[in-house]
Amino acid sequence: MTNSPPTDEIAAIIDAHKTLEGPLLPILHALQDAFGHVPQAAGPLICDALNISRAELHGVISFYHDFRDAPAGRHVLKICRAEACQSVGGKALADETLAKLGLDWHGTTPSGAVTIEPVYCLGLCACAPAAMVDDRVFGRVDAAKMQTLLEKVGA
Amino acid sequence: MKDFIIPDDRDMGTPARTGAPVTLTIDGFEVTVPEGTSVMRAAAEAGISVPKLCATDSVEAFGSCRLCVVEIEGRRGTPSSCTTPVAPGMVVHTGSSKVRKIRRGVMELYISDHPLDCLTCSANGDCELQDMAGAVGLRDVRYTAPEGGALDNHFEARNTSGENHRYLPKDESNPYFTYDPSKCIVCSRCVRACEEVQGTFALTIEGRGFDSRVSAGNALDDFLSSDCVSCGACVQACPTATLQEKSVVELGTPERSVVTTCAYCGVGCSFKAEMQGDTLVRMVPWKNGKANRGHSCVKGRFAYGYAHHQDRILNPMIRENITDPWREVSWDEALSFAASRMRGLQETYGQKSIGVITSSRCTNEETYLVQKLARAVFMNNNTDTCARVCHSPTGYGLGQTFGTSAGTQDFDSVEHTDVVIVIGANPTDGHPVFASRLKKRLRAGAKLIVIDPRRIDLVKSAHVEAAHHLPLRPGTNVAVVTALAHTIVTEKLYDEEFIRTRCDWDEFQAYAEFVSDPRHSPEATEELTRVPAAELRAAARLFATGGNGAIYYGLGVTEHSQGSTTVMGIANLAMLTGNVGRPGVGVNPLRGQNNVQGSCDMGSFPHELPGYRHVKLPEVRKIFEDAWGVSIDPEPGLRIPNMLDAAVDGTFKGLYCQGEDILQSDPDTKHVAAGLAAMECVIVHDLFLNETANYAHVFLPGSTFLEKDGTFTNAERRINRVRKVMAPMNGYSDWEVTQLLANAMLKESGGANWTYTHPSQIMDEIAATTPSFAGVTYDLLDEKGSVQWPCNEDHPDGTPLMHVDGFMRGKGRFIVTEYVATDEKTGPRFPLLLTTGRVLSQYNVGAQTRRTANSIWHGEDVLEIHPHDAENRGLHEGDWVKLASRSGETALRAHITERVAPGVVYTTFHHPDTQANVVTTDFSDWATNCPEYKVTAVQVSASNGPSEWQEDYAAQAEQSRRILPAAE
Repeated sequence: MTNSPPTDEIAAIIDAHKTLEGPLLPILHALQDAFGHVPQAAGPLICDALNISRAELHGVISFYHDFRDAPAGRHVLKICRAEACQSVGGKALADETLAKLGLDWHGTTPSGAVTIEPVYCLGLCACAPAAMVDDRVFGRVDAAKMQTLLEKVGA
Repeated sequence: MKDFIIPDDRDMGTPARTGAPVTLTIDGFEVTVPEGTSVMRAAAEAGISVPKLCATDSVEAFGSCRLCVVEIEGRRGTPSSCTTPVAPGMVVHTGSSKVRKIRRGVMELYISDHPLDCLTCSANGDCELQDMAGAVGLRDVRYTAPEGGALDNHFEARNTSGENHRYLPKDESNPYFTYDPSKCIVCSRCVRACEEVQGTFALTIEGRGFDSRVSAGNALDDFLSSDCVSCGACVQACPTATLQEKSVVELGTPERSVVTTCAYCGVGCSFKAEMQGDTLVRMVPWKNGKANRGHSCVKGRFAYGYAHHQDRILNPMIRENITDPWREVSWDEALSFAASRMRGLQETYGQKSIGVITSSRCTNEETYLVQKLARAVFMNNNTDTCARVCHSPTGYGLGQTFGTSAGTQDFDSVEHTDVVIVIGANPTDGHPVFASRLKKRLRAGAKLIVIDPRRIDLVKSAHVEAAHHLPLRPGTNVAVVTALAHTIVTEKLYDEEFIRTRCDWDEFQAYAEFVSDPRHSPEATEELTRVPAAELRAAARLFATGGNGAIYYGLGVTEHSQGSTTVMGIANLAMLTGNVGRPGVGVNPLRGQNNVQGSCDMGSFPHELPGYRHVKLPEVRKIFEDAWGVSIDPEPGLRIPNMLDAAVDGTFKGLYCQGEDILQSDPDTKHVAAGLAAMECVIVHDLFLNETANYAHVFLPGSTFLEKDGTFTNAERRINRVRKVMAPMNGYSDWEVTQLLANAMLKESGGANWTYTHPSQIMDEIAATTPSFAGVTYDLLDEKGSVQWPCNEDHPDGTPLMHVDGFMRGKGRFIVTEYVATDEKTGPRFPLLLTTGRVLSQYNVGAQTRRTANSIWHGEDVLEIHPHDAENRGLHEGDWVKLASRSGETALRAHITERVAPGVVYTTFHHPDTQANVVTTDFSDWATNCPEYKVTAVQVSASNGPSEWQEDYAAQAEQSRRILPAAE
């Protein structure tokens, strides 16, 4: 278990964004940027600041797969599973990678180095199969290239 | 008996609009509807039902199910008819082969993820998914799971290849309905009903795409732990068995329905009682009901189980002394025992030694008969009603200023208001359906000012926030209201034209001079009221200048030693700002019980005959003397507190108390008990052996609102029909019991018998004797659904808004409102102020709601105390605490919360084992004797459990409820 971030830090982030038009998504992004996830303790504070119900907040957070309720590994590897990538071996690449790491989707290596996640289209269909490590995208990923990527992130 | 035909209550698909007429052609038929109407609704107006799943007319269109697609000439594609507004000259085709094919394809996809267990499904016969599958002609579902593959649907828990991770079991946490995710089509009607109709925002759709699910609260919640208030709007909106009443799961679908009126609060919601034979299957709010417009709360919709509770007493009982056990006897024996005792008391102690208390929970007709019993059979005016302890200051205050003892608006008026003051009321708990309508208006932009010692839910809850909350010290209402007037007058924000034309200008001058005195300024009164002056001034400015201003108030205004003064102060505010006599404004008392308004109208007060006419007036007495063939005592009789005082003094000896529990509901329990104990004949007429019955000699079993015909009058003066849907389990409706008692007494004295055979005859007598009811008949009520009094020759359809062209009394009267502090003061012994109220799930003394599953939300009364006061006393959450005043003490558990201010504590009076009223005092309103429930100086300290008094009380109650087995 990780310790929850301090309430005053969460409150400061909420405060900094709450006057924006449509402040909820900017707040959630800012929290995730700061803490690597949207801490559970932020829920009541967000609801109070924006005067929304906890159901509404849950509806929004659960709609976006990118919002996490716990921190990810040090790096996040996303493998595209959309149609274009699947048609040129994306599924095999994904299966192979998962098997190699001994993980299921959304799993994190025991060392905490990398979390592996599916993604549905990175906009790189022309150079499928595609993958993404943290904020960088990679095209034409084959087994060898994947191995290099994994080595780079220390998996 | 005539059948009442339920008018058209088809689902029109989308809400009605108002606007300029637009004419279009649908399937060759011309139809004209208001601008902004959806094509779907326009089609429904023309009698054409476009297939639909996600649309229903209680919520705005959503356009997600794609079943209602149509073709419109000159437009591309197939727009959804629910989200497409009509346009002049539009030509719509709702049944082309193209849209038929689309609908069938859509339906096939829906059904591919839905179990085909229709025959055993609880919604069988009441399922829109089933209906639509039929309507689109679905004959085949081609989508199947791959051979040997994992399950990819939401409805099978497992198959031979293993568990289905998408399957969620039923959520049965709510006592009244179930949530079965396997039946859900994610149309989101429930979520939208919770948001748009109820305004609680307890539901959401979690996830996206195929993972989308309805979720109450967040991922960790079930329905019970979520914000859900169990109003049932979601259940009503659900097209399938996903959200289903447990009663329907158990009993099956209803086969007929009867429109009737809820017997809980003063909102007076109309319901369809849906029946199988004489079994009530469910209550569904009636969308043509003008008070509730198709909405309800947890009490009205679900909490009717008390009607068949095992505690209900069904046979008359008598006993010589209150220390004896009860003896079940025949109706004849009970009535002649009661009659001869009452007559005997009158012979021994005089004509005025007995009296009645009418019920605000019984019908107008029943109340009318009970006061008639006092006036025409007892031959005195010893009649009073529980309005004495709630809204008597409203009657007095509004009568003095405006000329009528009632609210000025209908509930629809809230849709036109711009600034609302809520003072001394907690609508989300006490008047939930009105609160939902108010919240809808607030979400649309109206401003709210809350004047209340507690931070009630309206101050801040999802999507609602008060512009100003004035957290006054209990007992300082008059000072706050006068300071508001001071600001409006001295800053010249008043509506001079309104005052000059509608009110007495000279009286206004005197009033203006009075309120302008600097001692009434917000700054001068701040120390007293604890309301920050700047906040108060801002609130006054907002109310005076913000557009249509409406004031809604409750018992936090009336139940004070200056209750009547505050009501007059509120009336002054409305007149000052010109906020009387049109939609969206007015003075609106929120009545506590279903028929408080009616019981006042029906002459329950000791000084007034029906229609608020003083008993000393010979011309008024003559009307009733001629109708009843008796002579009426010109002297006003005793009020409830006077009856109890006289009983202790030994001059008042007998009481017939219908449908009230004065021992629990009235203040200073010990005094009430002493009064009752001193009487020689107490007749309690009720559903249950209530607390008052501990001191009764005769118990006459009562009937529920489901078991009788009659009318209730709600807070907006609306006379609503109550219709009998089952025979009285006790044998007689309450009006029949009163008539039997009257006749038993008349037999002793040789008078003429009462011979009513139906409540409509009683209403005819009321109409013949009472001008404001002159036009009311059961035929009219059947035709109109309901009418608001005055209903007479001048207003044949009733009167939704009062004082439109002028005040009933002529000129509106400004009355000087001098603040006089209550004698109930805090001091070293009793340093805190106790104020009392109620919660959503329980009703009044709880006799009904405690006998339903509602107790899951509120199983005991708790004491709300501020963390600061709790810490000073070493108290923790959930600790037993002793609550003591100079009147008495009780013990209950503490709930530590910042909803109450430091120095203020709060509790409810729903549970007799707490008996909060043993603590309240005998101080009361100067004009009407309405007790000061809202201010009691108390001390709170740690305790080990129930007090000695509570234990004695429980033991006495148990003793006095013994019933001897019936003789063979």
